[in-house]
Amino acid sequence: MRRALPPGTPRIAIVLAFLLLLVAPPFLSSFLLALVTQAVIYSILAMSLDIILGYIGLASLGHAAYLGVGAYSVGILATRHGAGFWATLAVGVLLATAVAAVFGLVALRATGVYFLMITLALGMVVWGLAHRWVSMTQGDNGISGVPRPDLGLPWSFAQGLPFYYLAFAAFLVAFGVLRVIVGSPFGKSLVGIRESESRMRTLGYHVWLHKYIGFMIAGGVGGFAGVLWAYYNGFVSPADLELATSVEILLMVALGGRGTLLGPALGAALIVFLKNLVSVYTQRWLLILGAVYIGTIVYAPEGIVGAVRQWTRPGEPPDVAALGARRPRRVAS
Amino acid sequence: MTEAPALALSLSGLSKEFGGLRAVDDVSLAVTPGERRAIIGPNGAGKTTLFSLISGETRPTGGRIALFGRDVTRLSPHRRAALGLARTYQITNLFPRLTALENCLLAVQALTPAKLHLHRGLARYPALFARARTVLEAVGLGDKGGETVRTLSHGEQRQLEVALALAGTPRLLLLDEPTAGLSPAESHSMTALLKNLDSAITLLVIEHDMDVAFELTDRITVLHYGRVVADGLRHEVKANPLVQEIYLGAP
Repeated sequence: MRRALPPGTPRIAIVLAFLLLLVAPPFLSSFLLALVTQAVIYSILAMSLDIILGYIGLASLGHAAYLGVGAYSVGILATRHGAGFWATLAVGVLLATAVAAVFGLVALRATGVYFLMITLALGMVVWGLAHRWVSMTQGDNGISGVPRPDLGLPWSFAQGLPFYYLAFAAFLVAFGVLRVIVGSPFGKSLVGIRESESRMRTLGYHVWLHKYIGFMIAGGVGGFAGVLWAYYNGFVSPADLELATSVEILLMVALGGRGTLLGPALGAALIVFLKNLVSVYTQRWLLILGAVYIGTIVYAPEGIVGAVRQWTRPGEPPDVAALGARRPRRVAS
Repeated sequence: MTEAPALALSLSGLSKEFGGLRAVDDVSLAVTPGERRAIIGPNGAGKTTLFSLISGETRPTGGRIALFGRDVTRLSPHRRAALGLARTYQITNLFPRLTALENCLLAVQALTPAKLHLHRGLARYPALFARARTVLEAVGLGDKGGETVRTLSHGEQRQLEVALALAGTPRLLLLDEPTAGLSPAESHSMTALLKNLDSAITLLVIEHDMDVAFELTDRITVLHYGRVVADGLRHEVKANPLVQEIYLGAP
């Protein structure tokens, strides 16, 4: 029953990775440290999207909206109202949850590609607001000068290393919370909905309500990542919540392995590193992103974690629902 | 208000039109508690559509449905399940990537408040596990709990279909061709399993295999082109000339 840590994934590797993330950063160059920090923040975002994509089984192309809501909450409150970390964190998470609550009402009426298109459109609405609501967001210029948070601790988070540890702690919190949720009876119900919505309905589940709660959780945790993202960059602009960001998050989840929390975290790390390293050589980052996406879908539809699982447990038959194309279950006669 | 115990299921003038096609046409049916009734009829007679109307997955275009004396015509499927209704599917409808035990757990927690708990692991609910194991045992899958559904044989999947329906201790059980695609031996053990179900459960069975239908039930309703053409005890239905014509062709 412990699907948050996929049974085929060597536990040792996971423990080592966590240890490395704890111990190694002081020895990294500032460039690498910046990348690891970004990877950790994006991991939170990818894990939150995984609730929708991997557990509920719906592909959303609007997840950058929640990153944006969280980030702009910080940008606006911290620069204009002098709000502290905890206040901006609370507002960012609650506001993102509220936005998800509204978007969920619209998006969850649909499934499949229609859900994808609606979430895409809703994501663009938030982007449009960031772009056009100049009095609030300063439009294209973005909001700069977001100060690093002060938690009254002896370390200054203006330094790269302490901030990394703040982000890593946030990652652990998000992972812990999501891990408990996906392992709970409610979390299992989401998987049931992914596997067979019609069956869940006749078993007695209010399917829409479960999806809706899951959708809001994903939004809230996405906002959490947005709060950190704004503090990390010290700057918020519409570029943070472009469609390309939503696509990237989706790819992180798909690449790492949907339906496994740590898979998307791994995917996020790989994409962040790949993006920054490739950008050194070419400006055609999106081309590479597209190629990675196609490669993933064709060669590892269950992502890296899925591939590792296949490799360690070769007895398992290949996945029928691998491409996310859920077979319609129309009853005959 | 009558003093007589409410009917387990009462359909009155139930109809479902798909475009111009009347899949279910003015069906009225009264099923008493504890009754075991078969619904038979040729392919396309509207049997499965009738089940979907009763379970609430399909909305009728006319008529009313009452479960245990309560009008449920506009009630959603999960609310009907909460009233004690369960169904199985003709085309196996399970959670293919989960294990047999996980399938049963989902079915067991469906009618408990635990289904909305998100603050602690499912493993902390031993009562749900105990019930899920009991249900697996009951259908003869006691040793298959750890196996992924996709790796189970067709016969075992059919057994699991029944297990999921039984998990919530239903009062009215709709079985849509429980023996579909089973070998004679499997079909035989499935029949034995269903025959031994708690006699308090009201049973409605769609069945193509007449032997199974006659063995499981005492009353039979015959559907043809969405209409009830015969309804009665099995010898009456057997002797009905219209039924003979439908099944054997015109003399």
